[in-house]
Amino acid sequence: MKPLPEKYVRALKAPVFLLCLGPAFVLTWKGFHDGLGANPIDVITRTTGRWTLTFLLITLSVTPVRKLSSLTWLIRYRRMLGLFAFFYGSLHLMTYVWLDKFFDVHAMLHDIAKRRFITAGMTAWFLMLPLAITSTKGWIRRMGGKRWQKLHRLIYFSAAAGVIHFIWLVKADLRRPLTYGAVLAGLLAYRVIAWLVARMRARRILAAQQTVRA
Amino acid sequence: MLIKKPDDIPSSEITPKSTYLTRRKFITGVAAAGAALAGGFYLRDHLDSATTVHAEGQKFSGIVKSPFSTSETLTSFKDITNYNNYYEFSTDKYEPNGLSKNFRTRPWTVAIDGMIKKPKKLDIDAIMKLAPLEERIYRMRCVEGWSMVIPWVGSPLSALIKAADPLPSAKFVAFQTVLAPDQMPNQKRRDVLDWPYVEGLRMDEAMHPLTIIAVGLYDQVLPNVDGAPLRLVVPWKYGFKGIKAIVKISFTDSMPPTTWNKMAPDEYGFYSNVNPQKDHPRWSQANERRIGEFRKRPTLMFNGYADQVASLYSGMDLQKNY
Repeated sequence: MKPLPEKYVRALKAPVFLLCLGPAFVLTWKGFHDGLGANPIDVITRTTGRWTLTFLLITLSVTPVRKLSSLTWLIRYRRMLGLFAFFYGSLHLMTYVWLDKFFDVHAMLHDIAKRRFITAGMTAWFLMLPLAITSTKGWIRRMGGKRWQKLHRLIYFSAAAGVIHFIWLVKADLRRPLTYGAVLAGLLAYRVIAWLVARMRARRILAAQQTVRA
Repeated sequence: MLIKKPDDIPSSEITPKSTYLTRRKFITGVAAAGAALAGGFYLRDHLDSATTVHAEGQKFSGIVKSPFSTSETLTSFKDITNYNNYYEFSTDKYEPNGLSKNFRTRPWTVAIDGMIKKPKKLDIDAIMKLAPLEERIYRMRCVEGWSMVIPWVGSPLSALIKAADPLPSAKFVAFQTVLAPDQMPNQKRRDVLDWPYVEGLRMDEAMHPLTIIAVGLYDQVLPNVDGAPLRLVVPWKYGFKGIKAIVKISFTDSMPPTTWNKMAPDEYGFYSNVNPQKDHPRWSQANERRIGEFRKRPTLMFNGYADQVASLYSGMDLQKNY
């Protein structure tokens, strides 16, 4: 399969962007049409939370899908997908700060310290923050590719904290949070395996080079 | 049975004006923020997941008003029947309404056994005649932090207990929900709760005049989604104590097991009295969101029924006996 020509990659960016906005739009539309049910704040909280995790997992799938297929151009959309995870995560945090706690800083600090699921959720968001800030080309240049890549591995911990946040808040029936957990585990397992394979290859090459020298 | 045809539009179907106005005001605020970001694009076909109710609407007549009723604004019939925890059907609060539509509530008998002179089986229609049906408008506080005001129709549990005639040695009353996995999809699963759902009360709690067996709400037959044909309502306790679709009532001298307590003993106690000073280990119980309101309101001790029930627990450490 040929790589996707540059002009298509560019042309697809706007539709992908709008598609990613879909969930926010549906929520807004429902809000205007009395479609959020008896407890709209609860629906907004759960929907934005679910989409944050979904976008984190989509972002984390880019590399495995790209490596295991010939869809190399997918990398061109990774930043956008990651930023949408941050976008939905920030909406999710805002529903908590505004609609749940009404900007009561004392109550929020108390929550963060005492409620482990809030601690986990806050951790997940704060781990995304530096990634969103350094997502520009300028920052990649300033930091250098290696260091930038290292920093952006924080997404693994952010996604894990997000899944733990979900597991800890559920009263009973862990099916949904565990589904997210299983997908994340698969995506992380791919990276561990890829890393082990790369290391083995590197050793073999090194050994081969040493043999040649000797 | 005193049942008549409903009017074309039951007054219960109409959300109070003040309620939907406040709700709209905040939805507009939230939506405006989102709209700025969202632009004009949508992709889903289930946008108008309508939340309308097709209640059978069989109405009771001659219901007695009760001095125990609150005069607070009622939660709409639509919200009471569309936002509800009924884990036998679904762990999603919006789904039990649809999933319980075909639940069979007749014929229905309740077995009464345990420490009792003569075990018996009572038919639901006989239970409804044990005492005059009353309207009891009660606050309902869910352990999750939201609340409603519900105009129940029912009669004191004490009338049923007196008719059952338990032995003086009986100290507790245990309740059990029907086990009907063919009708209740989540009862086929083992990873939700330990079925059948069981609950219990101390005898003095069960005999308290505020404790009722509800068979209706908004002047009509109890909708399936709210626990038809009969359920327990104990307004000073968290909502999950109000066991639904009861098929068995047993008298015992030891504290009976309760489902949520078995599930997570450190989170849900036997008493589960509404208590703003005793947080759930994972969230605060100090405030609640009244359905239909924007800002949270403070939760009241014993859900505002302290004057009537605090004496039941005098001398007890409510931090330990939660």
